[in-house]
Amino acid sequence: MPAEPTGGALLLSEADIPARPAPRDRKLPVIPLGIIAVFVLVAILAPLLSPADPHEQSLRNRFKPPVWEEGGSWKYALGTDRLGRDMLSRIIWGSRVSLAAGVLAVLLASAFGASVGLVAGYYGGRVDAALMRMTDATMSFPVILLALILAVTVGPSFTNVVVAISVILWARYARVIRGQVLTLMQLDFIAQARIAGAGAWRIITRHLFPNTLNTLVVLVTLQIGYVIILEASLSFLGAGIPPPTPAWGSMIAEGREFVTSAWWVSMFPGLAILLVVLAFNLLGDWLRDTFDPKLRQL
Amino acid sequence: MEPGLGDVRPVHRRAGLEQVAAGLIRFVLSRLLQSLVALAILSVVVFVLARATGDPLSLILPMSATEEDYANARRYLGLDRPYVEQYLSFVGRAVTGDFGMSLRARKPVSELIGERLPNSLRLAVFAMGVSLAIAFPLGILAAVKKGTSLDRAAQVIAVLGQSLPTFWVAIVLVEFVAGRLQWLPAGGIDGFTSYILPGFTLGWFVVAGMMRLLRSAMLEVLDSEYVKLARVKGVVEHRVVWLHALKNALIPVVTFAGIYFAILVTTAIVVETVFAWPGLGRLAYEGISSRDFPVIQAVVLTTGAIVAVVNLGVDCLYAVIDPRIRYAR
Repeated sequence: MPAEPTGGALLLSEADIPARPAPRDRKLPVIPLGIIAVFVLVAILAPLLSPADPHEQSLRNRFKPPVWEEGGSWKYALGTDRLGRDMLSRIIWGSRVSLAAGVLAVLLASAFGASVGLVAGYYGGRVDAALMRMTDATMSFPVILLALILAVTVGPSFTNVVVAISVILWARYARVIRGQVLTLMQLDFIAQARIAGAGAWRIITRHLFPNTLNTLVVLVTLQIGYVIILEASLSFLGAGIPPPTPAWGSMIAEGREFVTSAWWVSMFPGLAILLVVLAFNLLGDWLRDTFDPKLRQL
Repeated sequence: MEPGLGDVRPVHRRAGLEQVAAGLIRFVLSRLLQSLVALAILSVVVFVLARATGDPLSLILPMSATEEDYANARRYLGLDRPYVEQYLSFVGRAVTGDFGMSLRARKPVSELIGERLPNSLRLAVFAMGVSLAIAFPLGILAAVKKGTSLDRAAQVIAVLGQSLPTFWVAIVLVEFVAGRLQWLPAGGIDGFTSYILPGFTLGWFVVAGMMRLLRSAMLEVLDSEYVKLARVKGVVEHRVVWLHALKNALIPVVTFAGIYFAILVTTAIVVETVFAWPGLGRLAYEGISSRDFPVIQAVVLTTGAIVAVVNLGVDCLYAVIDPRIRYAR
């Protein structure tokens, strides 16, 4: 297809987009989807699935090894921790905390970030410049510093973790969505909507927003994994979900001193994090390659 | 060489030197202002949070303090004065490095920061060196040899690097490499070998992101017209890759360098904690477990200032390597 000589220089022609199989030809990433589905089900059904109360202590049964090790029993399939709590039950309940924190923080961040991006891209000029300065300043700020301050002043809690993460993470969405909107604004259909008498609100919600949805979905999926790791790191440092709530990060922290004698206390929550984050990252990569190959950096 | 096809220079190179310098200075100044604003916002957040949660004295004074102690401390610290005045004096003291006394160590916080900061910087520089040394060759080779087993191996390393929780990797390494195998020291600073485990753990996370970015940037650039032209002209392939293509592929990497640094800082706090590295991160961890507010406040503000300086440096570097930036603003 010959490129349009006039006016189209800023736009991408079909020929600029590298050849790739059509979406329906690409196999669904069954394994990552399966892992995510299993973890979501486990989180929802935690009260039914967990064999024991995750808070119930039994000092007589401290540091019981997992069932396949010598001295292990089916009563504690993955062993017990320092206070004799059932590891399997704690990991099952911990999935609630991790997934909820991940999904909630990413949803808040994306809702706010996308709105900022849409407004900045639509209005352009001074509004855009001011909003983008704010975005730049936020983007390169380490989440952990805010979380640390919140942890010592207000005290660590689930809410603080979600707030600290989403207050920083929105910037990424704002930047990417704004870039897309700038490209969309050059297209004819926006001009036509204007001629038809559509106002700012209608253009943003009906015409611009639906066209950024693909990107938004890719970005959200790719960030959930990162946020789960972030939440776990904060809980590990004692600035996240406070004990005795079972959270994977704090479980790893509790097991750290006993790695040599009771490796399973730190090992299994870590594997759970690895599995769920890997699944989200692989799914996100697939979504990006399928729907939005231009988004390579994210 | 005759000025021919390969010598097409971008038009903006012809702009006068003064014009370029003026553009650059304006750019640097606007970015400097932006960093200062970011730091000011951070200091307000710290200031407000310390007060929003009730009496800041409850964060500073010991549990056993009497009413009289509170009254004295309030007058001594100037907490009975208006908020604006309090904020200004807080900033004034912070700028001169006075962050008060640590509640736990019973030492001025500035002294603690002075002891720990160099250790953190040394570790960060080592980790950054490690990740650059791995990410660059690997990212470029993965792009050049796209689709080969080397490319796939690089992809696996990248995905694992982004999916493995750093603190967990650190614990596993301490247990196996330092504990069971006794190959390397488990923690603390004791000669070069003690840098290896924390340095690689810290560097790996950065390698993952940087390598992916470089690979995709290289793929895009290698497919561009000017690289094709260089090949048609008969430029040797390794020169095409390492000189012509790499120069432009670096731009997105530099763009993201500031964000990588923010991630490095976050990760460093965790890594230092596990490896008992006497740096700022470990100090922050100790500060949280004893709710030592002056220490956390100082660590957060110091780190914030370092991040701001690094970002400013990155922006300047960006403006130097990509002349389009200087004119866009």
